[in-house]
Amino acid sequence: MTSVLYDAPGPRAKRRNIVYTVGFLALLALGIWWVISVMSDEGQLDWSLWKPFTEAPAWTTYLLPGLANTLKAAALAMVIALPLGAIFGIARLSDHRWVRGPASVVVEFFRAIPVLLLMLFANQLYANSGSISSDVRPLYAVVTGLVLYNASVLAEIVRAGILSLPKGQTEAAKAIGLRKGQTMTSILLPQSVTAMLPALVSQLVVIVKDTALGGAVLAFTELLNARGTLAANYANVIPSFIVVAVIYIILNLMLTTFASWLERRLRRAKKSTGAVLSADLAGAEEPVAEPGVKKDDGRAV
Amino acid sequence: MFDFLEGYDLLGAFWVTVQLTVLSGIGSLVLGTVLAAMRVSPVPLMRAFGTVYVNVVRNIPLTVIIVFSSLGLADVFGMTLGAADDFDAKYFRLAVFGLAAYTAAFVCEAVRSGINTVPVGQAEAARAIGLSFTQVLTTVVLPQAFRSVVGPLTNVLIALTKNTTVAAAIGVAEAALLMKEMIENEAQLVLISAVFAFGFVVLTLPTGLLLGWVGKRVAVKR
Repeated sequence: MTSVLYDAPGPRAKRRNIVYTVGFLALLALGIWWVISVMSDEGQLDWSLWKPFTEAPAWTTYLLPGLANTLKAAALAMVIALPLGAIFGIARLSDHRWVRGPASVVVEFFRAIPVLLLMLFANQLYANSGSISSDVRPLYAVVTGLVLYNASVLAEIVRAGILSLPKGQTEAAKAIGLRKGQTMTSILLPQSVTAMLPALVSQLVVIVKDTALGGAVLAFTELLNARGTLAANYANVIPSFIVVAVIYIILNLMLTTFASWLERRLRRAKKSTGAVLSADLAGAEEPVAEPGVKKDDGRAV
Repeated sequence: MFDFLEGYDLLGAFWVTVQLTVLSGIGSLVLGTVLAAMRVSPVPLMRAFGTVYVNVVRNIPLTVIIVFSSLGLADVFGMTLGAADDFDAKYFRLAVFGLAAYTAAFVCEAVRSGINTVPVGQAEAARAIGLSFTQVLTTVVLPQAFRSVVGPLTNVLIALTKNTTVAAAIGVAEAALLMKEMIENEAQLVLISAVFAFGFVVLTLPTGLLLGWVGKRVAVKR
């Protein structure tokens, strides 16, 4: 294991590293011991608080329905935001200023605003309109908020994907007499879709995480909200948080792993002529996947 | 036209938003830099700790972290961060704590990507004149790395500004909470929302432009 920052360790450096390792290990053990002692002082390690998670009711009544709602909202938001994002991304590349301008304003506007504000707005809008029953209103509000924000992020991903294609693709399309629309739909979009797939999958992680806002603020019964009902029932606040956090971590790690697998595969396959967009490019404000290609020395390219 | 604003402390709420952003921004910058240093350090255990921290924290929704700070850390463990009696201060500090802990993971990744932009020769030359790992990192690599990650860090800061609204989930009196209260009590939904949206555009747009300009100025020309 070598890095640019340090040489392969000699005997002295090896000794020093062992000292550091032992010191850090002691610090870490101290921290863990402290957390565990505080938890046991508060009685949070009692088996009675953890037992519910080994039995079916906690899962079938609370956690699984909550997870289902989280996934439903995330999937709906992605499915609706994707075509919208594609339209706005392409509109931003238009030759006509009257198309490009408004599209840019809309995209930049919704990217500048917190998702929570959009959700609150949608919730009140649906409440005022009165045509949506209050059972489904939180779901509608959450999905609307997520769609407005993520469509604008996806628009940037689509735009970056199309711009990443070599200019020769457009020129060749022009040379064989394709019109602008044909160039876009039959040459540029199909190629850029493969380039931006990893970024699209990574954006799902952001969407999944943002659904929790609906649970905390809009009474949408997703995973975080279901955790509240569960903890009220079994009086196990800390264990319920830990279990829910683990569910989120596993779910999102699966998505990021899938995204980086997709990215590696696409890089290797080289079907598309453009570069492969990883999540940290293309307007995603919170880079979710590892930046660049990971190598064993930790240096990204 | 704007008489619905009467009786509401709009500027006060946005001031809390700014305070949340600045304080947790500083906190996450410090913590994130330490984590980044750990992730490139020669000690495998520290690298592992940094990696685990980043991968765990950025996969948990911020809302879960903030709500946990309130219901878990404060209510169950009695962690008050030095503000036991003052409820507003307690939840404000818990929100800063949660925001800093969450954002640090993203700062860490940004700084680490900056470290990777520093040419290998820089660190090799530094080692050749006999600098230790800490000296290489603090005097040669990090200063160059920071100058090249102003852009990514700006994105993190803007995301953080927007993320401060999550503090509304534990009742911190910032902009999103006031907006929720106002649209429930007043009739002008669109106008109120527009005011708050404008507020966030005012906060994030100049930040992006200013730091974008700074980033171009300080970038190391190679």
